[in-house]
Parts: sequence; structure tokens; C-alpha cells
Amino acid sequence: MELAAEILIAALMVISGVFGLIGSFGLLKLPDLMTRLHAPTKATTLGVGGVLIASMIHFAIFADHISFHELLITLFLLLTAPITAHFIAKSHIHREVRADELPPPAGGAAWGCFERTGDGRRIEVPGERQG
Amino acid sequence: MIDASLTFSMGCFALALMINLWRVIVARGVPERVLALDTMVINVIALTMLYGIYAGTAVYFEATLMFAMTGFISTVAYAKFMLRGSLIE
Repeated sequence: MELAAEILIAALMVISGVFGLIGSFGLLKLPDLMTRLHAPTKATTLGVGGVLIASMIHFAIFADHISFHELLITLFLLLTAPITAHFIAKSHIHREVRADELPPPAGGAAWGCFERTGDGRRIEVPGERQG
Repeated sequence: MIDASLTFSMGCFALALMINLWRVIVARGVPERVLALDTMVINVIALTMLYGIYAGTAVYFEATLMFAMTGFISTVAYAKFMLRGSLIE
């Protein structure tokens, strides 16, 4: 039982270390920010999840206390990684992409990142109620 | 066996931190720097958990949770500042 747990913990730690390294290497290797967002938000999150599961099994088997802190941290990371990726992509579009480079979004709305222009003037959004 | 894999995994995450530091220094725009800093936070979380296994104490879980929250909130604050120019309007 202990040997099986040890093998499982070691395998999880090695796999998650490799995934973390791949995620950070993708940050170095991929060409621009929109592709670079994929590496840390997916591979590194998986790597941290593996480390946390390995830690949970380790403390459950060898220290005889089951803790759910790791699950809490994993859940928190899995919840927050897409939110940060979305915010970073949005600020990238806001800062470095011009509005006429993008295709118009569906439904006649405007891109949320360009709703307020640099000189403080609002772009007219069809169907928006004028305050 | 656990010791060897712990060393390997810690080395991997340490190398990943160095790569992220390089990306923080050499970046083409502010969003890339923020992305690299966010990845650094995630890697430090993994490294802290591995150190917790190495030391055999459960003290590091709370620190990790606090650090995860701080990293998330600081990334969102950075992105909000880049989008709107101020944090609290």
C-alpha cells in the first residue's frame, strides 16, 4: 500500500513538474501574446493541480491526516486562471489592437474593449439607452 | 523515490521561474509582463507546496492559499488599471 502510494506520488510530482516547465517554456517560445496565453493558463495550472493532489495523497498516507486545503487551492486556481486570462487578453486588445483590425462582433454590439475611446468620447453602440 | 522526484519537480519549477523572470524582463508590452508575473505566482505556489511536502508540515497550505488569492487580485487589479486607467472609479 505504501509502495503504491509512493509510486503514485512520485509519478504525479514528476508529471506536474514537466507540465509546469512546459507551460513556462511555452511563454518563452510562442510568438505573440494571444498564443502565449495558452501555455501558462492550461499547462501550468495542470502542473500545480498535480502537485496539490500529490501533496494531498502524501499527507493522507504518511502523516495520517486528510486535509482538504489542497482541494480548495486547486479549485481556486482552476476558477481564477480563466478569469485572469480573459482580463489579460482584454487589456491586450485594448492597448495594442486597433478597432478596425477586428471583425465586428455578432448581434450589432461593439467590442467591449473599445467602448470608450482615448479622448473620452463614447462610441455609439446601437440599441444602447442614452443616459 | 519521493526524495528524487521531489528534487526533480523542484528543479523543474525553479527553471520555470527563471524562464518567467526572463519573460518579465524581456517583454513587448505591459500585458505580457503581467502574464509572466501571474505565471510566476502560480509557479511559486507549486514550489511552496513542494517545500511543504519536503518539510513534512501542513503549515504551508494556508500561506499558499493566501498567496493564490493575492496573486489573483493583483493580476485583476493590473488588468483593470490597464483597461480603465484607474482602479476605483
